[in-house]
Amino acid sequence: MKISPARVVLKAILLFLLFDIAVAAIPPGKGCRISIYNHLVPGRERLPFGENPDVSYNLSLFDLDAMFAAHEIDSPKPPSEFRVILLGDSSIWGTLLRPEETLAARLNALNLRAPDGRALRFYNVGYPTISLTKDLLLLQEARRYSPDLILWFVTLEAFPNDKQYTPPLVSHNAARLRALSETCALEYDENDPALVHPDFWARTFLGRRRAWADWYRLQMYGILWGITGVDQMYPQTYEAAKTDFDADPSFHDLQPGDSLRDSLAWDALRAGFCLAGDTPMWLINEPILISDGENSDIRYDYFYPRWAYDSYRQRLAETSTQNGWVYADFWNLVPMDEFTNSAVHLTPKGETLLADAVKDFLFEHIGER
Amino acid sequence: MAIEQILVLAAFAFVLGILARGRGRVYWLLAASILLVFWMQSPLPLRGLDFFLPLFSIGLVVLSWALTATPETRRAPETRVSAALILLLILGIAATRYLPFDILPSRPPSIEQSLLPLAGFSLAAWILVRRKTAASPLLLWTGFGVLIAVFLVLKTPALSLAASRLWRLWRGQNPALAAATDIRWLGYSYLAFRLLHTIRDRQTRRLPDVTLGEYAVYALFFPAFTAGPIERIERFLRGLREPARTLEEGFLEGGERVAVGLFKKFVVADTLAMIALNPLSAGQVRAAGGAWILLYAYAFQIYFDFSGYTDIAIGLGEWMGIVLPENFKQPYRQPNLTLFWNNWHMTLTQWFRAYFFNPFARALRSHRKLPTWTMILLSQMATMLLIGAWHGMTGHFLLWGAWHGLGLFVQNRWSAWVKPRVANTSPRTARLLSLGGILLTFHFVALGWVWFALPAPEAWQFFLKLGGIRG
Repeated sequence: MKISPARVVLKAILLFLLFDIAVAAIPPGKGCRISIYNHLVPGRERLPFGENPDVSYNLSLFDLDAMFAAHEIDSPKPPSEFRVILLGDSSIWGTLLRPEETLAARLNALNLRAPDGRALRFYNVGYPTISLTKDLLLLQEARRYSPDLILWFVTLEAFPNDKQYTPPLVSHNAARLRALSETCALEYDENDPALVHPDFWARTFLGRRRAWADWYRLQMYGILWGITGVDQMYPQTYEAAKTDFDADPSFHDLQPGDSLRDSLAWDALRAGFCLAGDTPMWLINEPILISDGENSDIRYDYFYPRWAYDSYRQRLAETSTQNGWVYADFWNLVPMDEFTNSAVHLTPKGETLLADAVKDFLFEHIGER
Repeated sequence: MAIEQILVLAAFAFVLGILARGRGRVYWLLAASILLVFWMQSPLPLRGLDFFLPLFSIGLVVLSWALTATPETRRAPETRVSAALILLLILGIAATRYLPFDILPSRPPSIEQSLLPLAGFSLAAWILVRRKTAASPLLLWTGFGVLIAVFLVLKTPALSLAASRLWRLWRGQNPALAAATDIRWLGYSYLAFRLLHTIRDRQTRRLPDVTLGEYAVYALFFPAFTAGPIERIERFLRGLREPARTLEEGFLEGGERVAVGLFKKFVVADTLAMIALNPLSAGQVRAAGGAWILLYAYAFQIYFDFSGYTDIAIGLGEWMGIVLPENFKQPYRQPNLTLFWNNWHMTLTQWFRAYFFNPFARALRSHRKLPTWTMILLSQMATMLLIGAWHGMTGHFLLWGAWHGLGLFVQNRWSAWVKPRVANTSPRTARLLSLGGILLTFHFVALGWVWFALPAPEAWQFFLKLGGIRG
C-alpha cells in the first residue's frame, strides 16, 4: 500500500490536538501523585526546592501532589511512630544545611519517645519562601499523612498581607487557595494580580508542559538524590547575614506607631488552626538574628525594626493565649554568630540549640518517657 | 544543538528537498550550507570570531578544492559561478550588520574587517586556481599540515589558550580573561577530516573530478556539518548529482529517521544526561551501586546522543536526496571490541583505518624484524591514541584511547588463541559465548567511558568506587 506522507502528518497532528484538548478536562489544581520516590529511590527528607537543578539535583515546582509524593512522609505510618510535622520557611527547610543538619534531622537524632512509648519521628515540611498562606497550602497536604502533632514555626516576615500570594507556590495554586478560603474563612482575593488562573489553553497538554517537565525532572533527579544524598548546593562561601543597617525604622509600608492589626494576615494564622482540626498544632516563633552592629538600636536585623518585631511578639503571644494555642517564643535563643546568610537561617550549631529547646518544649507539654 | 536549531535545519532541508531536485541543485545546497554554517556557529567571547570561524571554514574548503582539483576542473565555467555565489553570500552575511535586527547569533564585524580575510582567501585561491598544473606533492603536504596544525591548536588546551590570548590582544580585549574553551570552532573536527581525506586521495590519485560547488557542498553539507558522519566524497557525489530517492520516498523515510533521531537525542539522551556520570556526581556518589548507575547512564547517553544526531543528519539528507552513511549499528550488542569499533562512529573509524591504520601496519610489516604481536600492539595503540587525540589532546582522552588500544590488542590475541579451541562447540555454547562476549565488551567499553568523562585523577577515584573500595 502506498503511504501518503501528507496524510500521515495530518493524522498525527489531529490525534495530538485531540489528546491535547482532552488533557484540559483534568481540573486545575490536580497534580501527579505517581512517583519513583519511596519506591525505587528513598523519599526526600525535605520538600523539593532548588534553583540549580544540575548541581543540586532538586528543583522548584508548583505541583504540591508531586512535591509531597517525593517526600519521605509519603509512606505508610508505622503503628510505633508518633508523627510530628515541622512546618515553616527556609529556616526549617534548612537552607545551606545538609539533610542531616536540619532541625528535623537534629530532633530525630535525639531518639525521643512519647509517653505511650511511640518513637517521635519528625518530618521536615518547611519550604523556602516566607508566607503564612504558603504554610497553609503545605499544611493542607501534610494533614493527609496522619500527623500526631504539628509544630508551626513562624516569623513576622511571613505575616504581611502583601507577602501572602507572592511565593510562586501560592500564586500557581489559586484553586487550592480558593477551596481553603471556603473551608477555613481565609480572606481570599480572587482578583489579586499575583494569582495565576489558568485559562483553557493553559490547561491543555501543551499549556501544562512546564508542569509535566517539572514532574519528569523531579523523578530523574530522584535517582541522583538516591545515590548521592545531595539535595541542594553547598557553597564553600556565602555572604553572611547583614549586621549593620541604615537607620531605617520602617517595616514594609509601616512606620513606628502604626498598628500591626490590619497589615498582617492574622486570618491565615487562625485558618491554620482551623485546618489542623483535631490534630494538635503548636505555634513557635522562630529564632531571629539579633544584631549588635550599626543602628542595631533601631533594627534587630535586616528584616525587622525593633518596634515592629516587639509589637508582633506581644500580639502573637496575646492571640495565642486568647485562642488557647500552645505557643513558644524562641526569638532570642540563638546567638548572632550562629546565623548564616539570612537573619533566620541557622548554622548546624544553631539548629542543635533550637532542637534542644524544641525538645524541652515538647516534653513540657506531652510529658517525657 | 538546541531543538529550535534542528527544526530550522529541518525546514531548510524540507524546502531544499522540493527546490533542489533538478537544475541548480548544487547551487541551492551550496547557498543553504554557507548560510547555515554561519548561523549554526555559537556566539563566542572573542570579538568577531563567531563570524570569522565560519568564514575560515569556507576559506579552507575553497583552498582545499583549489589544491585538489585538476587544472581542467579549475578552469571550468562552473568554478566562476560557484566562487561568485560563495563571495556574494559571505558579503551579504557580512552586510547584515547594518540591518536593524540580528540574523546571526551575534552581529558581524565591520565590512572592512570582513573583507580582509575574504580578500586573503580569494587571493590564495586565485593563485592556486590559475596554475596550469596539478598541485605538487609539497603543496598538498603543506595543505595537509595546515589542517592538522589548526586541529592541534583547537584540541590542545595550552595552544588554544595561547591562540585566545593572541586574538584578544589583536582585538583589544583583555588577554588575562582568555580561556582554552574560547575558540569553539563549530564542525572543524569533521570538516578537517573531510578535507584531509580529499587531499590524501588526490595524493594517491583516487580523488574523482569535483567542481568547486560540489566540493563545497560535500564539505559543508549542513545536516552533517556539526556531528558527522564523515562521508567519502565519491559516495556523496552520487547522491548530489542524482537524488537517490523520489521526493515522496525521501520525505517518508527521512521523516521517520528524523523523528527517531529527535526522540533519541531530546528524550532519551537528554533524560540520561541528567543522571549521567560527570566530575561533580563522580565525587558525590556514595556507593558502588550508584556509581554503576552513573556509568550506565553515561554509556547510553553518549550513544543515544550521538546516534540521534546521526539519525537526524541522515534523515535530513534523505529529504534532499542524499544518502549519508550509517555511523552506528547496534555497537553495544557486539560480541567483541573489534566489532564494537566496526559499529561505533563507523565513519571516523573507517577514516582512521584507511588513512592511518592500514598504511602504518604496512609500514611496520616492512620491518620484518618485529614479531607479529608487537606489530599488532603498535598499530592498535597508535590508531586508538590518535582517535583519543581527535577528541582532545588531553591526558584523559589519550588514556581512553590507550584503554581501547590495549583492549583491541588483548582481544586480538585472545581471539587468535581461542578460535581453534571453540570451533566445534554446540550452537547453544556458541550462543552463550556470544552473550558473554557482548556483556564483556559492553562493560569494557563502559569502563572506558570513565576515562572519557573524567579527568585522570577523578577517574582513578571513580574506578575505586565502582569496585566498592572507596565510598
